[in-house]
Amino acid sequence: MGILSIIIKRLGLGVLTLFLVSIIIFLAVNMLPGDFAQALLGQAATPEAVAAIRADLGLDRPIANRYFDWLVGAARGDFGTSFAQANFSAYVGENSSSNYGSVATQLAPRFANTVFLASVTAVIAIPISLAIGILAALYRYSIFDRVANVSTLTSISSPEFFVAYILILVLAVLNPLLPSLSNIFDGMSFAERLEKTLLPALTLTLVVTAHMMRMTRAAIINLLASPYIEMARLKGLSPFRVIVVHALPNALAPIINVVALNLAYLITGVVVVEVVFVYPGIGQLFVDSVKIRDIPVVQACCMVFASAYILLNLLADIMAILSNPRLRIPK
Amino acid sequence: MTGTSGLIWLACVIAMSLLLRPIGRRVPIAQIQHACTGMSLGGAFGYSIAIATIYLMWWLYFVKELIFFQWFVQGVIGLGIAGYLFRLAGQHFGTDSSRKMFRQMPVTAALGIIIIIGYAIMSIFADWLAPYGQAEIFAKVNVLPGGNPDLGGDPAHLLGTDQIGRDLLSRLIYGGQNTVGIAFITTCLAFLIGTFFGFLAAALGGWFDQALSRIVDMLMSIPQLIFALLLMTIASAWAGSEKWLLTIYMVLIIAVLDATRVFRLSRAVGMNIVVMDFFEAAKLRGENMSYLIFKEILPNAFAPLLAEFGLRFCFVFLTIASLSFLGVGIQPPLADWGTMVKDLAQFINFAVFSPLTAALPLMAAGAIALLTVAVNFVVDWMLHRASGLRE
Repeated sequence: MGILSIIIKRLGLGVLTLFLVSIIIFLAVNMLPGDFAQALLGQAATPEAVAAIRADLGLDRPIANRYFDWLVGAARGDFGTSFAQANFSAYVGENSSSNYGSVATQLAPRFANTVFLASVTAVIAIPISLAIGILAALYRYSIFDRVANVSTLTSISSPEFFVAYILILVLAVLNPLLPSLSNIFDGMSFAERLEKTLLPALTLTLVVTAHMMRMTRAAIINLLASPYIEMARLKGLSPFRVIVVHALPNALAPIINVVALNLAYLITGVVVVEVVFVYPGIGQLFVDSVKIRDIPVVQACCMVFASAYILLNLLADIMAILSNPRLRIPK
Repeated sequence: MTGTSGLIWLACVIAMSLLLRPIGRRVPIAQIQHACTGMSLGGAFGYSIAIATIYLMWWLYFVKELIFFQWFVQGVIGLGIAGYLFRLAGQHFGTDSSRKMFRQMPVTAALGIIIIIGYAIMSIFADWLAPYGQAEIFAKVNVLPGGNPDLGGDPAHLLGTDQIGRDLLSRLIYGGQNTVGIAFITTCLAFLIGTFFGFLAAALGGWFDQALSRIVDMLMSIPQLIFALLLMTIASAWAGSEKWLLTIYMVLIIAVLDATRVFRLSRAVGMNIVVMDFFEAAKLRGENMSYLIFKEILPNAFAPLLAEFGLRFCFVFLTIASLSFLGVGIQPPLADWGTMVKDLAQFINFAVFSPLTAALPLMAAGAIALLTVAVNFVVDWMLHRASGLRE
């Protein structure tokens, strides 16, 4: 079997997963008592008003039709109308063409902000964690390794908001170096935007670095047991050279995998961190919509998070196949 | 610290790393001479950074504004000594095997065990330990922690009161009972569901295994916190105004979502057991399914499941705390740590005027962090022991 066909198969599986996930998300929301219209108007609504909204949103049609409409819309980036900013034709007349209140207009700028936050985090976290991971593998079981081990275990197990408030206390309140609120808006210069993003990015870095560093260390130590490393060592090469020239190229595959998986992990962390720093990203939007039960927005955010998660996992999978020939032969 | 003083620090560290080896070789102590002879430049640089860090911490310890740092250092040293003493006690009392276990135990694991025992006692005896009720409201609001009237404290409320005058020490203790208790129940439930179906899938195999595994794969392909938030939206609509119902829904939701991870592990462990001869023999004897699962698979899968229980508890605990922090988890008037952090978070901005105010949200957040760190230390040690690695 060629490598291309394996990758195509994986891609197909990814698309299938995405499709199934979209069904779960859609069905889950349909488990609400009553329906969208009832939830929107509340208990005291007159039956006529509920029926009008229902017809307006097309809720009187069968569930399968609605699902495929939603799916086709979602694929084109149109997630329907937000409840909180609903602008129904029943209220404002048939031919109001403004798309104010559509989920997509809320989502797009926030999505860009979240991607910006994630990239800043990745740029800081990846080099640091690789360096610490390699050093810990090089000086394993030394004091440095133990300190790195204990401190990463601590930062993995602390909740994100604890790390965030400690950083706010130290870097924003006691020493006013960085702003503690990330009020980002359009037309900000890149430097300003970076300054406002730095504190949330540092919080996420602390959480993600610990994971990445531990996995990098484990990947390299695993390799150090192999015979060719023993050979290089017996040849009289320095430990640094053995690790960087001999072990690292072979450890690259698991490390790339680790990086992709941790970027996927970032997605969950982003929700809490965005809320702490009031960062106008998709996580903040998600939590706000959950609180006011704005179902279309919740659905859309869920879909975006799940797609990013699945895509990154898929990427990790494909990278692993590309770099490790042994995975190319199906069992 | 400004940029220049940072550069001076760096220069000092580099100079020290260059001078460390020649000076070390002249020290009249054999071990130091020996260590300095074999040391590489990178190693000398590392030691210099360590010395500089320790010096910096020493200096920071006496800065008045950084009272937190002092508490942190005192806490770490105090807990370290407690862990060391606990391990020492374990080495001298008890049976032979327990003494042997304590000899191989790292200090971090001993520390973790003490902290877990402390939390368990605090949660179980919360009703006796807490000075006031969890929803009791007093006239004095925003009392600072410390109990010193000159610093805005009050001896009647050792850890202060919140914005509407509830005693924080009581809230913290009851919050422990609620948060830890609910997390523990949820984890147990997740384990019951996960291991039962996991072992069943391993023992039955075939289409049952396939169907369950595919369902679990699907549930796992949505990030957990996101999925939990989505389901909590729906649960909150179902619960309506009955807030206690929402807590029960949350327990069920998180238990099912976490059971998928437990299912994966117990199925994998079970798979290795069902191919063993003793299992085949039991099957041929005609034992029924519950005997096979509880008497043949479970005892042999106990060690990896125990470590997983610790890890799972951490994840469940953090998920519940995060949900409560986001405002959709455990509902008031029940006290819980996540909600306490959320409610008190704004005080952190007043730390410039009085560092004690910042302690209010950090106490609850720190309580969460301390427990998860402790459990992780113990699990790390257990995994290390189970893998048979010796240093």
